[in-house]
Amino acid sequence: MLPARSRRVRAVREAALGYLLVLPALAVFGVFVFYPFAQNFRLALYETPPYPGLPSRYVGLHQVGQVLTSSSFLQSLGATLLFVVIVVPAGLLGGLLLAVAAHRRLRGMTVYRLVFSSTVVSSVAVSALVFGTLMDPVVGLLPWLGLNPSPPILQNTTWALPAIAVMAVWQFLGLAFVVMSAGLSAVPEEVLEAARVDGASERTVFWRVTVPLLSPTIFFGLVVATIYAFGTFGQVDILIGYSNAAFEHVNLLVYDILNTIQVTKTPGQAAVLSIALFVLTLGVTLVQLRFIERRVHYGS
Amino acid sequence: MAEVAFRGATKRFDGRAAVDHLDLDIADGELLVLLGPSGCGKTTALRLVAGLEEPDEGAISIGGQVVNDVEPKDRDVAMVFQSYALYPHLSVERNIEFPLRQRQVPADERRRRAREAAGSLGLTDLLDRKPRQLSGGQRQRVALARAIVRQPKAFLMDEPLSNLDAALRLQTRADIVALQARLGTTTLYVTHDQVEAMTMGHRIAVMDMGVLQQVAAPSDLYDLPANAFVAQFLGSPGMNLLPAVLEPGQPSARVSGGHLPLGEGAAAAAARAAPLVVGVRPEHLFLSPAGTLGATVLLVELLGAEVQVLCRLEDQTKLVVRQDASAPRPAIGEGVRVAASPGTVHVFTGEDGTRLGGPG
Repeated sequence: MLPARSRRVRAVREAALGYLLVLPALAVFGVFVFYPFAQNFRLALYETPPYPGLPSRYVGLHQVGQVLTSSSFLQSLGATLLFVVIVVPAGLLGGLLLAVAAHRRLRGMTVYRLVFSSTVVSSVAVSALVFGTLMDPVVGLLPWLGLNPSPPILQNTTWALPAIAVMAVWQFLGLAFVVMSAGLSAVPEEVLEAARVDGASERTVFWRVTVPLLSPTIFFGLVVATIYAFGTFGQVDILIGYSNAAFEHVNLLVYDILNTIQVTKTPGQAAVLSIALFVLTLGVTLVQLRFIERRVHYGS
Repeated sequence: MAEVAFRGATKRFDGRAAVDHLDLDIADGELLVLLGPSGCGKTTALRLVAGLEEPDEGAISIGGQVVNDVEPKDRDVAMVFQSYALYPHLSVERNIEFPLRQRQVPADERRRRAREAAGSLGLTDLLDRKPRQLSGGQRQRVALARAIVRQPKAFLMDEPLSNLDAALRLQTRADIVALQARLGTTTLYVTHDQVEAMTMGHRIAVMDMGVLQQVAAPSDLYDLPANAFVAQFLGSPGMNLLPAVLEPGQPSARVSGGHLPLGEGAAAAAARAAPLVVGVRPEHLFLSPAGTLGATVLLVELLGAEVQVLCRLEDQTKLVVRQDASAPRPAIGEGVRVAASPGTVHVFTGEDGTRLGGPG
């Protein structure tokens, strides 16, 4: 047993070493995440941002109220929520079904696993171009199937958002598949076998045993999918653009933020929108943690 | 309740037979222990009965019905897994009533039977707990309760005691025997522990490399092993096996370091084969100046009431002698003489270890 004093010295040294080791990561996060994040709150109070050496205009909370009650924000919010409501369940369910399908020990399953998980590594730009071609009113898949909405699907105020959502679901499937597969392989085979011997049909085994045991994974997937859906903008940027006829119906929040900076060139308003998106994402995630996580069964 | 039968049942994994043409009958109400070392095929045999594996050849029948094409859920057997395989998200009560729920038993009867099963295993106070809040012994009992809550045609138990500590294992062993005797349900019990097998089984089926070696009552298996493998696998430690040749014209076998006396029957049987292996249990050997076998002491282990003396013969073969703790103990490295009690030496063929005769 060391004397109290030298134990204290040792504890301080250990703590110092810990902080030293965390320092590089902290510095990177500080400069590129925490500092801009804090500055964003300040920026939201200016109509013209306080760039050094340039005239700026402080308007305080007035701007926040103005942006959050504007019809363009409300429309963007509505589109974003609808988008999330489509993408999250579809992405998770699709990932789960693919994972269950690929969980069997069949010949050639490795190839399927590779295919299913490949969307993780495909870039949004490339996949958007492929989908754009598939949805093209002249050379695409839809006219070939005899479906030709007018105006064309990506300019159609009704169908443009679902079309972008389909793309986002496809893009998310790979990650959902990988996560669900990992979850499935952690479900003990003996528990499933016990259920079969106890008289459960395959359907009962899936819904009463596999899904509850997979619930931590599904919940993780839910949180990740929600954050992913709220943050989507690449497909809109590449396939829709702000000059598109259906633009206002597909103006997802992140894209709105981007346009507010680049097109209307009002960074203060963009800062307000960013805060709104942050609060929305945080709020939904907290609600999920508070209310849905109760139904999650963490293993022993 | 029902009898269970294997008819030429074979199961291969990657071309290797895990169970090789198994023929075995388990009588209605019998507790049969499948015993063997790791990888001998005993668990695969059990899983064939449960329907968790399909035989590549042969048939499995339960209650006189061939069940090869019957799904596990429709076989009406209950299984206790080595890992217990409790449903981690369900309470103890829900775990126990799960099999009844699958059979659409009405809720009040389900509850009554689950509580009855729980009560008979001392789980009444734990009904609301989740498996993760239970000790290993408690989980084990929940797994048993889940098995007995319905009256299945057979119980299948896969090393259910192997995750328990020694004292609890002893207790639960007795509990399972009592439970099985009370319910009279046909039971297949898989273990690699020969003490468990000896104390629990009405009969024991010994397997090795997927092949059934012998089925017999515990005492018969111990006293008259069908081959050298069974002789060595049963007993703790197992039977001493020594390469030997019959001494011409004498009822005795020459082994490294001396000779061992054979009974008349054993000597006659030994005359039919060469080379030979003779076997003698440690408790039938003793140290004596008049012993017929010279050996060097390697290790002396006190087990309480008795002492195990590990010796080495001239040709490096090991030999265990078990004697009373009150007998004088040799020193390590000491040269000793070992004698066998008359009529205790078994004779096996040197080729495949098949029993030839003995001990008398």
